[in-house]
Amino acid sequence: MPTNPSTTTTSVAADESVNSFATIASGSMREAPLAPPEPVMEAWGLNVFYNDFHAVHDVNLSFGKNEITALIGPSGCGKSTVLRCLNRMNDLVMGARVEGRVEYHGKNIYSKGVDPIAVRTQIGMVFQKPNPFPKSIYDNIAYGPRVTGMKVENMDDLVEEALQGAALWDEVKDKLKQSAYGLSGGQQQRLCIARTIATKPDVILMDEPCSALDPIATARIEDLMHGMRTDYTIIIVTHNMQQAARVSDRTAFFTARPDETTGNRTGLLVEYDATSTIFSNPNDKRTEDYISGRFG
Amino acid sequence: MTATYAKTAASTVELTSGRSRDRSWGSILFVFGLWFSLFFGVLVLLVLIADTLIEGSPRLDRELLTNYSSTLNPETTGFRAGILGSVWVMIATAAMAVPLGILAALHLEEFADRTRWYNRFIEVNLQNLAAVPSVVYGLLAVAFVELMGIRERGLVISGAVALSLLVLPVIIITTREAVRAVPREIRDGSLALGATKWQTTWRQTLPSAVPGIATGTILGLSRAIGEAAPLLMIGTATAIRFDPNGLMSQFTALPLEIYSSTSQPQEAFRVAAAAAIIVLLIMILGLNALAIFIRNKFSRTW
Repeated sequence: MPTNPSTTTTSVAADESVNSFATIASGSMREAPLAPPEPVMEAWGLNVFYNDFHAVHDVNLSFGKNEITALIGPSGCGKSTVLRCLNRMNDLVMGARVEGRVEYHGKNIYSKGVDPIAVRTQIGMVFQKPNPFPKSIYDNIAYGPRVTGMKVENMDDLVEEALQGAALWDEVKDKLKQSAYGLSGGQQQRLCIARTIATKPDVILMDEPCSALDPIATARIEDLMHGMRTDYTIIIVTHNMQQAARVSDRTAFFTARPDETTGNRTGLLVEYDATSTIFSNPNDKRTEDYISGRFG
Repeated sequence: MTATYAKTAASTVELTSGRSRDRSWGSILFVFGLWFSLFFGVLVLLVLIADTLIEGSPRLDRELLTNYSSTLNPETTGFRAGILGSVWVMIATAAMAVPLGILAALHLEEFADRTRWYNRFIEVNLQNLAAVPSVVYGLLAVAFVELMGIRERGLVISGAVALSLLVLPVIIITTREAVRAVPREIRDGSLALGATKWQTTWRQTLPSAVPGIATGTILGLSRAIGEAAPLLMIGTATAIRFDPNGLMSQFTALPLEIYSSTSQPQEAFRVAAAAAIIVLLIMILGLNALAIFIRNKFSRTW
């Protein structure tokens, strides 16, 4: 069995394994890892800094159309940071700097003249903690279309459609005018998904969407994601490996490498492949250790 | 088994026997010291209010509110001009200071780049401004009104400028705190849907912060309503015999009329002043009650 060079020495491995898919593949027994056939988004040489702190090192990734891509890894490995770069939410963090390219349908969303607000209407986001607005259920859904100036013929229909899309309609159809704060945590999170769907995005980013939910609510969201795949490209950050295995088509494993002088941990991509491969036959020793629960 | 039992018994005796160390003379003295400190402040205030109530109660009548001040008939002198003047000035102050204060706070909290030295400089000095003596704001208002080209002294607009300058730092500080209390997630949620920063501030952050802003603003205004010094500085009359009827009208304020009343020799004026103090206290307590009502009614837990 050919040995992957990246497993021999850790420090060298860290550098080599992150360069590109090709590098990862070069020492592997397999063909190049399954890059998605129809990439919607691609990150090239993505580096993220918070002031002087190097948070993410040189990430290359591509996300396939109508697929669910999971980003997994231990805390502080930069997976959420990468996710927030994909719709320029990192712009809002003071001192954050992004280098490299993030392409959406071949266009770099970080190039000059790109409006981050327009980017976010195409690439929606669902957050870790359900964050409905302190408004009625109806107004939560209608907010996005209203602020983005979407041409809506019938807002009632749009609201129903979005709530149907998030499998919430039957539970809330009789109380659309009531405050969203009266809903349970799982319902609130589905409301946030419905709210995102309502602006008709292309890609939906999910940042640990189930980490604040109980197992039943989590299962409902996972079911929902399966159904949503036909219409959307979904990228999900999760610290729950079983969740990644259950819902995703492709998985990217990140880890954190401490800086030798400062001790700051920089996140980097270790391995990216079909989820089944990552979980059954990972290429990299660190992935295997993490998957099998030996660290992280 | 026996050993364990003996040990338990011994410690039970220890727990119940003797005087608790929390009842030592030192502790008791300390608690008394705390009580005394509390009561000293509250008691003095209570005595003052009770004394004023007793002294002013004979004059708590309709004439106190409807009559102008009169040196000829001290028994029926009234504070109509002062009450109306205070109301006029408060409304003008609110109209000036509230929008300015809220917008300034929104800029500092939501839009200003905190890494710039001048923004940090402003932040630090806002706290200092809130501590500046009110007389100084009176002087500042004199200069300001002069620059606006208003030569006449003691106008409603001048009083409003003086009191606006006085309460602006308070309004800015409390508004910033209210805005800061709105969770980051609400803003992120709005921005992630493609809303602009302006839409997010206007439609999410500001409405969520309204209870806090209203409370702080009203408390700031209730501080201003009792101020006399800045109004004296801008040349406000201490007694007039007509209703103020606009921003450019002469006026007098309740605290000033009270002050001029107490300096009259007749006893009846002092009684009337005590009654007017009660009216002023009711106005201030009313504003504070409104602030508490708003806070309790609209406050939100996230």
